[in-house]
Amino acid sequence: MELFILGCVIPVVLGLGVLPIRRAQTALWVATLGVWLGCACAAIPVVSVLTGHDLPLRQMAWNMPGGALSFGLDGLSAFFCLPILLVAPLAALYGCAYLAHEKKRLGPVLFFYNVLTASMLLLLVARNGLLFLIVWELMAVSSFFLVVFDDEKPHVRQAGWTYLVATHIGTAALLVLFAILGQQAGSLDFEALAKAGLSPALASVLFVLAVIGFGTKAGFMPLHVWLPEAHPAAPSHVSALMSGVMIKTGIYGLLRLLTLLGNPAPAWGWTLVVIGLVSGILGVAFALAQHDLKRLLAYHSVENIGIITLGIGAGLLGLTWQQPVLIVLGLGGGILHVLNHAIFKSLLFLGAGAVVHSTGTRDIDRLGGLIKSMRWTAVTFVVASAAISGLPPFNGFVSEFLIYFAGFSGARADAPQTVVLAIGIAAGLALIGGLAAACFAKAFGIVFLGEPRSAQAAGAREVGPAMRWPMAALALACLGIGLLAPAAVQTVLPAVRVVGHVPVTATQEATVLPTGGIAKPGLAMAATDSDEPSPRPAALTMPPTEPTTLAVRSLAAIVRVSAGLLVLAVGLFVIRRHLPRGSEEVATGTWDCGYARPTARMQYTASSFAQPLTDLFRLVLGTRKHGGVPEGFFPPPATFETHTPDTAREHLFAPLLRLIDRSLAPLRRVQRGRIHEYLLYIAIVLVLLLIWKAGGRS
Amino acid sequence: MTVISVLLILSCLLLLGSSRLHVAIRVVAAQGLLLGVLPIVRSAENLHVAILILGLSTIVSKGILLPWLMNTCLRLSGIRREIEPFVGFGPSLLCGTALLGLAVWIAVRLQLPQVPLILLTSSFFAILVGLFLMVTRRKAITQSLAYLVMENGVYGVGISMSLDFPFLVELGILLDVFVGVFLMGNLLFHLDREFEHLDADKLTELSDLSEPAPAGEERV
Repeated sequence: MELFILGCVIPVVLGLGVLPIRRAQTALWVATLGVWLGCACAAIPVVSVLTGHDLPLRQMAWNMPGGALSFGLDGLSAFFCLPILLVAPLAALYGCAYLAHEKKRLGPVLFFYNVLTASMLLLLVARNGLLFLIVWELMAVSSFFLVVFDDEKPHVRQAGWTYLVATHIGTAALLVLFAILGQQAGSLDFEALAKAGLSPALASVLFVLAVIGFGTKAGFMPLHVWLPEAHPAAPSHVSALMSGVMIKTGIYGLLRLLTLLGNPAPAWGWTLVVIGLVSGILGVAFALAQHDLKRLLAYHSVENIGIITLGIGAGLLGLTWQQPVLIVLGLGGGILHVLNHAIFKSLLFLGAGAVVHSTGTRDIDRLGGLIKSMRWTAVTFVVASAAISGLPPFNGFVSEFLIYFAGFSGARADAPQTVVLAIGIAAGLALIGGLAAACFAKAFGIVFLGEPRSAQAAGAREVGPAMRWPMAALALACLGIGLLAPAAVQTVLPAVRVVGHVPVTATQEATVLPTGGIAKPGLAMAATDSDEPSPRPAALTMPPTEPTTLAVRSLAAIVRVSAGLLVLAVGLFVIRRHLPRGSEEVATGTWDCGYARPTARMQYTASSFAQPLTDLFRLVLGTRKHGGVPEGFFPPPATFETHTPDTAREHLFAPLLRLIDRSLAPLRRVQRGRIHEYLLYIAIVLVLLLIWKAGGRS
Repeated sequence: MTVISVLLILSCLLLLGSSRLHVAIRVVAAQGLLLGVLPIVRSAENLHVAILILGLSTIVSKGILLPWLMNTCLRLSGIRREIEPFVGFGPSLLCGTALLGLAVWIAVRLQLPQVPLILLTSSFFAILVGLFLMVTRRKAITQSLAYLVMENGVYGVGISMSLDFPFLVELGILLDVFVGVFLMGNLLFHLDREFEHLDADKLTELSDLSEPAPAGEERV
């Protein structure tokens, strides 16, 4: 545990040390070194927990208000540490090259990056409500300063403002939540909170508060408004860290709170399932309608948070229905998707950053043909696209498959609600996956294929090695988790055990969590894993017909087949490349279509590519179209553009905030920022108190 | 002691009615001297070293050091007068009499037998006048002066309550006030250099709030 805390301290200390350094290069490398060292220190206890060793709860000698300053690292925390430990160092390295040519001073942005990394790590081990909230706030504020890095641009300031307001609405809900919980338990230590013995009604109220508070950070659908603003505004490696990792702290918080609230009510599971479906489907629908590459990716974060929530919701329903397969596969799939999404989403943001870095624009419709000039970026981007669309053999497939499987094997003919869940999961995930594939066909196709649509795109050059290698490493991780799917499932089980612990007694747990059994089947790829000493006695091993084992088995089979197909395809491509060619090779423009003088503007644009799908969703998207078809015998020049504002922002939050603003406007009369008036208020209060005190003495 | 109290009251009234900042600073300096003498006079029978030190340090800081600081500030900023206060000088004097009445009322109501009534009254009056000046005067320099006056009142109340007011605490408060005024002086100097005025009511220019001013909001 001390090692972990040291890992949190090192980045902050080196980040502080960077502040006075004037030379940009030195500052960049010192700060990055801090992140690497810190993550290396923190990784040691994390790995030891994930391989089955238990770390005792560490209580510092210092008491905080409402309990002790305590830290703990269990399976859930350790698993959520993985994305941070993987993405933060790589993104920092990427940032070294990304920020190298920046004119302004880099001290603050590097410092806050390190603070953000450290606070996320610390948040995961905090075992006291107050400490949790403090670190939560530290995380929010440091990420705010990262978002407003380009603060000379008005839209960036606006985005930062939106983020700050949104995150504090979330914190407000959490404050209330912990206040109620602490009052019930008499202490803010998580250990005490877990024994609070809440009434079901109060627990449900707290659950709603948690969904609002943590959901704002995670980006549940109506609360997601800050994501599409803040992510495009931030520097790309920061967006990678925020979108890939930071929003997952919301998921972590929700799961951690579920361990404190006692037995879940069925309504909680359904709430999460519905939130997951809505966020997933609408998130990808909004993503389809975007022209800004990073904004598109931000909406995909909403979509993936939806998938994660769907899995967790299924797991909660499994807890209430006492269905082990739903718990293990639903929760497991959801939690594993946290790691997977962190990997491919940060890879996508880094790829988008590389595109922005070399072309200077995020507008998809001004790009094109980049695969010829930016080969590394294109290959890693296509890997990440396949992963986010849930295609085997990449990692996105593994977690989505687990959730699918949970739905199908949980369905029982005698219980209609399980069938409803199965249909919801199957239909929802299929729709999400299909739309995501379409969206990334659009993003990849328009950005990397075809001909350059602007001079900037034509002049694009591949980025330097410090930016290429992090992307390559993440792409390898995408493939690695996909190929080692059974091992990945094994890693997530300690986390599932923490959350799934809630309603079952010790004896029941044996049947609920077949920890030893999953790696048992003699799969080639799981063989190394099953040899490891399992923390659970072998008696808990499930019979091989158990659905969870079946899931892992079929997973491994699908992955193997698809990996084989992939190898075959790549092999054929290589062979075709090296075979002597039968005829002279002719180079022509892509999308030539046989025109005599084609121009790049005749290609499909992002909006025309997505138009059939966005029209399906026009009711929620509210896409605004300006201009139209040219008319008449001698048509004048015509323009056409589409614009998709965020529906929740325009039709839910804007009117709501206007209403609050109007109703509070009278208060402005007493708060006008004049020092004399404030002094007058103080004076009046003082004099009145004096009179009251003296008058009461008779 | 009665003489000192009456002089304190008169000096406060003078502050209310005077527009010249030089005079105001001198009056505040005089108040500092009076307050420095006060503890020595009050315990004339059994004078001991601690009280002597307290009195002398008060005289040095409030009577000499702080006025000198304010004078420097005044000279650097080139202001002579307090122009257009929110409440004019005549009405200020009228309010002053009302405040004096309030101070007497409070002092009587407090019913502290061993405390000289006139001293308590004058100290409360100084506090109230300090508050009043802070609220009604425009120049930041006057507000610093008003703060000093109010602090003088607090000090007076402390002295009148008991002489055993912990010695160290008194000295600590003195240091506190000194640092406070020093900071204010520094701030004033910088404000003056940046904005070429010392009008505290124009400090709203610094506010972020005025940026997206909604319709109907009063712009200062």
